[in-house]
This record gives sequence, structure tokens and C-alpha cells, in this order.
Amino acid sequence: MNDVKLALYRVMLRIRRVQERIEARYLEDHMKTPVHLCIGQEAIAAGVCLALGPGDSVQSNHRGHGHYLAKGGDLKALIAELHCKAGGCSGGFGGSMHLVDTAVGFLGSSSIVGGGIPIATGIGLAMRLRRADRVSVVFFGDGAADEGVLYESLNFAMLRRLPVVYVLEDNQWAVCSPRQGRQCGDNVFLRGADPDRLFAARLDGNDAVLVHAAAQTAVTRARSGAGPSLLVCDTYRILGHSGCKSQDPAGYRQDSEIEDWARRCPVARLRQSLVAEGLLAPAAEAALEAAIAREIDEAFAFAAASPLPDAANLSRHLFCE
Amino acid sequence: MPWTKIRPDADEPDYGLDAAGHGRRLGHAAALREALSLALTLDERVFVMGQGVDDPGGMFGATRGLHQQFGGERVFDTPLAETALTGVAVGAALAGMRPVYLHNRPDFLFLALDQLANHAAKWRFMFGGAAPPVPLVVWACIGRGWGSAAQHSQALQGIFQHIPGLKLVMPSTCHDAKGLLLAAIGDDNPVVVIDHRFNFRNKGPVPEGPYYVPLGQGVVRRPGRDVTVAGFSHLVNDAFVAAEELAREEGIEAEVVDLRTIRPLDEALLLASLARTGRLVAVDTGWKTGGVAAELAAVAVEKGFAHLRAPVVRVTCPDLPTPAGYSLEAAYYVGKQQIKDAIRRLAAS
Ligand SMILES: Cc1ncc(C[n+]2csc(CCOP(=O)(O)OP(=O)(O)O)c2C)c(N)n1
Repeated sequence: MNDVKLALYRVMLRIRRVQERIEARYLEDHMKTPVHLCIGQEAIAAGVCLALGPGDSVQSNHRGHGHYLAKGGDLKALIAELHCKAGGCSGGFGGSMHLVDTAVGFLGSSSIVGGGIPIATGIGLAMRLRRADRVSVVFFGDGAADEGVLYESLNFAMLRRLPVVYVLEDNQWAVCSPRQGRQCGDNVFLRGADPDRLFAARLDGNDAVLVHAAAQTAVTRARSGAGPSLLVCDTYRILGHSGCKSQDPAGYRQDSEIEDWARRCPVARLRQSLVAEGLLAPAAEAALEAAIAREIDEAFAFAAASPLPDAANLSRHLFCE
Repeated sequence: MPWTKIRPDADEPDYGLDAAGHGRRLGHAAALREALSLALTLDERVFVMGQGVDDPGGMFGATRGLHQQFGGERVFDTPLAETALTGVAVGAALAGMRPVYLHNRPDFLFLALDQLANHAAKWRFMFGGAAPPVPLVVWACIGRGWGSAAQHSQALQGIFQHIPGLKLVMPSTCHDAKGLLLAAIGDDNPVVVIDHRFNFRNKGPVPEGPYYVPLGQGVVRRPGRDVTVAGFSHLVNDAFVAAEELAREEGIEAEVVDLRTIRPLDEALLLASLARTGRLVAVDTGWKTGGVAAELAAVAVEKGFAHLRAPVVRVTCPDLPTPAGYSLEAAYYVGKQQIKDAIRRLAAS
């Protein structure tokens, strides 16, 4: 358990620091791609991905940096992709919203809201057809839960008892639209689903240990052939929808709301508990911070040094020959 | 003819294939079924899905009994959820399977466009080749005729043609229906196959065993010196009959080119034919504006201008939704007569 907590903390802290560095440097305009930062939501990516093995797959969305890193995606390739360089994980063809690292089961991310939901369902179908003892996970927001494709996908996954874990990160906002203006109650589908067909849980998405435990339940269920799960994780997007903090339009949400949620910071919370339990000594913490900072420096240096994609390759990846 | 059943009661035009010793004649549905059955046998990654693929009708007969032969896990009915199920096919494809998703009308593909156009067509490019390929076949049949009206008979190839990253196929013969479908299933990229109900009336020579008609390779169905008629699907057969009649009745020799694949398009074949005739009738079962015939005309003007001796003529449906009433339908659709008129007009110019 202590190992798990420490591992969760390492992953979350790394995601946080990477996001902060991107935030800090975004206005320099070397990253010419719209970034969607996940500061405040790290516990979900970390909690879920640490319950997975390398053969399990993840589908992600426009806010995917955390999912990518938590699943083990290469940091250098991420930062290079944010710079649209040839060394990026998508060779500069994807940008921040289209991350991929097949070596670790991160099979790609769609920037069409809800787009990854049926794809993850299909990956689950393939796992079932191939009798692979594997799990397919998809991360999406409360905005994506407005899309009908979620209900089509859940229905099919329940029907076929597919090994899919649907992770709804309910950060309450879709760009500048509050959830109350878009949905009745806290999502109609959850109430009607037969628990035998769907394990559904609503949980504090800022509690990494809790998320991890729920994810393990869902993953075990998937591996046993019992079928899909839907984890609705309450959380909050501390920064704006996209770009850096100074670019967030003012006036659509209350400062007090942001402050309330900042007090529930998932990273600080886990740190506190680790310190209180004597699991994170100051020296170890300093070493961890230093290692992460160094890794990020290296990633930015790698990105800066990486060449731009060769325009001669423009049409090379349309079809695979 | 009851709308729900199509009996193969017409022989395809004799393109000389029988003379080449192919012998066996099959109906269009049987040819498709044989392709699916072979694909399922030859490659365990292949599976067949679609609303009603396991019902007694079996997608106009193209999937009849396959679920009994290969099991309900590999040949299965789908919920009425075209968006999600297309995504399911995309996901399964990128996780190593080779799904074939059949629809009895192309109209329903509008519901699937997000996954087809935004995802399947983009996946490989979007990740700079670092993501797995999407070897997916989406097959849909133009349900034209018999009062199907505006939402059940649309010829949507013009829309799919526009999207880079999708291959697009429209067979005209039973032989090609089988060979093109097998090639599409074997292709590592997303392929849309648009078939036509009129094809299902036909019987034609179909070799046994697997064979592959390469995507992107057209064929000259009838050589001629005066006018080129180029197109796809059942209109090629109409063009062939039109050309035969004109040759007999008026001594006009039209060359009939069956391009078979819309994307990639066999431009070389089209241009070579134009070099011989200098005149083009572009035919398509879809709409005129921005459609497939418009694209053929653009290729002719852009790359074959020096050969052209007359303006290109397009024979297509008018830019209107399809009416239901049979007298209105008759005014709406084009076929042998319109092609004949176009050839005659062009030959005289
Ligand atoms: C189908 C679709 N509609 C609209 C958009 C524009 N858009 C991009 S992100 C976003 C908000 C999504 O909200 P949510 O799913 O809650 O994710 P979050 O950004 O909060 O993480 C919208 C509306 C889109 N990309 N795709």
C-alpha cells in the first residue's frame, strides 16, 4: 500500500511539474499548438493507469498529457510533439491533442469530444475476440458525456461484456459552459444501468488512492469477463480550458470556486498524507523534485534540438502501404 | 418485383470474360458472400458486423448463413448505433482485427461520419505513422428504386470521395464485387465500398477461390474511337449497352471505361482513353455539383486538356433529393437513355 501511494505521488508530481513548465513557457510561443492542461486532475490519470499493465490500452482526449505520462508515454517525445518537431511522438503531425505511444499501450487520442469512447470500446472488442487478458480504458470529460456516442458505446460494451473501463473526469466545465447548463442531474444513464452489466461508481477524483482502488476493482472485473465499468470522478480544472493561465477569459467562473478546489489539490493532499505517515522524508522529496526537473529540462532541450518535420514527408502517412 | 427481394434475373453484359474460360456464373450477392466467406476462412482477424447480417435476409443475401458457418462472435448483428459501432470497428481495427461493417443503405453512414471521416481517415496521418493502421471495410448498398425516397437512396460517393485517407470502391460486375471486396479486406487502410442494388439483379462469371482486383485499377470494358464514357457501378453496364446499341444503330463507337475505384482513381487509364477519343461523358449515380463526375471532368481538363476536342458532358442525377413516386423517380434517375443521348450529342460535336 505504501509503495502504491509513493508510486501514485511520483506519477502525479511529474505530471504536475510538466504541466507547470508548459504553462510557464507557453507564451514564448515555441509551442504552436493548443495545449489543454490537466492541473488539478492528476489523481485520475495516475490512479487509473497504475492499475494497468503494459498490454492494457488507453484512449485519451484533448486534455491528454496526464494520461499519456501516467501510462508511461515518453516525456521527450511529448514535449517535442508540443513543439511540432520531427522527434515528437506523432512526428509533428499531431500536436498536443494527438499523442501516441504504442510501445506502452497508448494507442492515440482524439480531439473530437467523445471520439475515443467508441474506439476504446472496439479495442475492448478486439481484446475479447483475441482472447487477450487485457483491458481497454478511455478518459473523457463531462462535456463528452453530453454526446450520444457514450450511451451507444456503454450499451454495446454491456451487451457484450467487454473489458472496457470508461473514466469520466467530471471537472464541471466544457470550455466555458457549466455542467448544470448542459445536463439534468448528475447523469441519467448511471441510475438505470443494471449493476450486473455495469459497475458504476461516482467518487472523489482528487483522491488518488480512492481512484486507484476503484480502478483496480474495474480492471479486475474487466479481466474476469464480467464487463465494463464507468468511473465518474469528481474533479476540477484549475487552469483555463486551453493555453496558459493568463489566456483564460475572465468572468465565466467564480474565483472562490477555483480557490475551493485549489484547497483540494490532489497532489498536495497525497503529499500531506505521505509526510504525516513518515513515507516522504525531506531529502527523498528534494531528490524526486530534482530528478523531475532535470528530466523536464532534458525534454525541452530535446525538443528544441529536434528538427522540424521534413515537408517532403507531407503525404507519407496518409495510407500505410 | 417485391422490394425486399432481388432475384438475379439479368445477365451482365458479356465483357468477353466467359470467352476467356471463366465458366461459372454467380449472382452478385453470391459473389459477395463468397468473398466474405473466403476472407473469414483465410484470416481469423476478419469479422463481419452490421444491422441484420445474421437475419434470414442476410444483407440482400451477401451475408446469408455466415453466422451459422463462422459463429455469432465473428458474424454479428449490431445495435442501431452507427456512430459508436463505426468507432468500435475503428478501435477493433487498430487493435489488430479486420472488421467488415455492412449497411443496407449508405444514408446511415451520415451517422457514422464522425468516426469515418474524423477518425478512421485521419488516424494514421494524424500520428505521423506512429499509430497502428485502421484496416477497416465499410460496405453500403445504394437502396435505389421502389419508393425509397430521399433518405434511403442517396449515392454518397461524392462526399466520401472528398475525404483524404479513405479508399473508395464501386464495383460494377459480380467478378469485381468479389475481387474488390477481397482486396478491400486485405488492404491495411480504411476502405468504403458503395454497392448498388441494381447490381444484385445480375449474374456473371465469377472464378472460384480467392482473387484480388487491385484497388485503383480501372478497366476498358469496350474499346471505341469516338467518345469515352467513364464511370462506376451499374452505370457502366448501362453505358456498355448504350454503346453497343449506338454502334449497331448509328455507327458511333464509344469506349466504355469502368474505373472501379474512385479513390485512388486510375487517372492514367482515363487519360489514355481520352487520348484515343478526345471526348468524355462522365457518368455517376450521384449528384452533379461537386460530385464524382465533376472530379472526372476536372481530371480530364487539368491533365488531358490537350486531348479534348469537345466540352465534357456529365450524366448524373439532378441536384435534388430523391422523390418517392415512381413517375417522379423515372424523371430523376439517369441510365442507358441519358448516356446514349450524351454520347450521340458529343459524337456529333
Ligand atoms: C464534437 C466536439 N464538439 C465540440 C468540440 C469543441 N471542444 C473542445 S474541448 C471542449 C470541451 C470538452 O469538455 P469536457 O469533455 O468536459 O472536457 P474538458 O475540456 O473539461 O477536460 C469542446 C466543447 C470538440 N472538440 N468536439
